[in-house]
Amino acid sequence: MTNAEEIAHGVLAGDRRSIAKAITIIENNTVEAKKLIASIYPQTGKAHIIGLTGPSGSGKSTLIEKIVREYRRKGKTVGVIAVDPTSPFTGGAFLGDRIRMQELSTDEGVFIRSMATRHYPGGIAKATKDAVKILDAAGKDVIIVETVGAGQSEVEIIKVSQTTVVIHAPGLGDEIQAIKAGIMEIADIFAVNKADRENADKAVMDIQAILQLNNKEAAWKPPILKTMALSGEGVPKLIEKIEEHKRFLEKELGQKRILGKAETELIEAIKEKVTSSIIDELKRGGKYNELLKKIIDREIDPNTAADKVVREKFKKAE
Amino acid sequence: MQGERKIRVLIAKPGLDSHDRGAKVVARALRDAGMEVIYTGLRQTPEQIAETALQEDVDVIGLSILSGAHKALFPRIMQLLEEKGLSDIMVFAGGIIPEEDITEMKKTGIKEIFGPGTPTDTIIQYVLNNVPKRT
Ligand SMILES: Nc1nc2c(ncn2[C@@H]2O[C@H](COP(=O)(O)OP(=O)(O)O)[C@@H](O)[C@H]2O)c(=O)[nH]1
Ligand SMILES: [Mg+2]
Repeated sequence: MTNAEEIAHGVLAGDRRSIAKAITIIENNTVEAKKLIASIYPQTGKAHIIGLTGPSGSGKSTLIEKIVREYRRKGKTVGVIAVDPTSPFTGGAFLGDRIRMQELSTDEGVFIRSMATRHYPGGIAKATKDAVKILDAAGKDVIIVETVGAGQSEVEIIKVSQTTVVIHAPGLGDEIQAIKAGIMEIADIFAVNKADRENADKAVMDIQAILQLNNKEAAWKPPILKTMALSGEGVPKLIEKIEEHKRFLEKELGQKRILGKAETELIEAIKEKVTSSIIDELKRGGKYNELLKKIIDREIDPNTAADKVVREKFKKAE
Repeated sequence: MQGERKIRVLIAKPGLDSHDRGAKVVARALRDAGMEVIYTGLRQTPEQIAETALQEDVDVIGLSILSGAHKALFPRIMQLLEEKGLSDIMVFAGGIIPEEDITEMKKTGIKEIFGPGTPTDTIIQYVLNNVPKRT
């Protein structure tokens, strides 16, 4: 058995060390990564995937700890992927989300993995999607992804999650602006956390006001809930709504979304394949730098250059 | 497109110490040296440390302790790592550990022990030079 096969076996058996190694292989995108995903893929598609996004400090990690506990009480197994940013300058990362979840680390029904973005934009890492597949194939019933929470529009998460929870909290200043910019549309559920604080009701009203402005698809109206992640108050209600949304997906929008997701994944995979095969060929033939120089010297514009190389590539293939 | 291999480090504080300034300084220094540092906060049990190392698939663990409980905690942590098949992880420690205990601690498998006030550059260099080679 190759290394990838052996690890795939372990993943399917739910072996924790194999899961951990599989995620590392995916993150480092070694030659084994594609084989690994190919062999576990038939066993995926069973877990419910929840994305949690919202500003830094709103209480995402704390809330996840309580959500996991509630699912464990219901007898479900849970996987968590918590993403933090990679420093653009040093390439290093401080991964601190576990601080709020460490009591779960010795529960065998829970697997938590911290992940750095490695410069991938949009609030998650490039490896997040496939790491979710690993946890799914390993038999986790529920998988929760915590995004970076840097306030920029973190919309990549919807390519991964089935139910997206957008968290907000009072006292974060102008963060509501950040929520307006793009992130409102991706919410299936809103949670106003730190509801023990004074301005929680105002935060709820702010969200309501914005929602009323762009109320298009009425089949699912995103509910706005109040939570207190420190005490756990409001968490059972949040889970109820998540489960309700899951059932909604199964009958109403489900098929459409599944189709849309498969399409996005296929298109992205094709793009990556075509791009890297063209670039690699140019580099091998020594034409890559030549072309870059021509673009810099204004002899050819990037668009025409791309046209040329793509045309040549497909001519050869014919 | 091949991604690069990153060094993953778990910085953990076993024992009942009530502050973690030193551990955080080391964590930040290693991050600034380009590593991915998993930080878990205060009062970690040996079981939590070993299980976190497993789930996070780290190459290196840095243990920080001030309270003097190292004699009980370090051997237990090393034992759990071995039981989980994680003996290839390089473990170093820092904090207040009396001279006479150092040899004994190293016998449990801890590779290096840094006293208080060790420059972070020394620790970074040590990690870079001793990180286990993996595929
Ligand atoms: N008052 C209050 N504080 C909270 C609540 N939930 C989280 N916090 C605190 O908010 C801070 C940030 O929490 P964290 O979970 O790390 O937020 P994240 O950055 O969104 O993951 C921590 O100090 C938490 O203890 C809550 O419901 N009420
Ligand atoms: Mg967090």
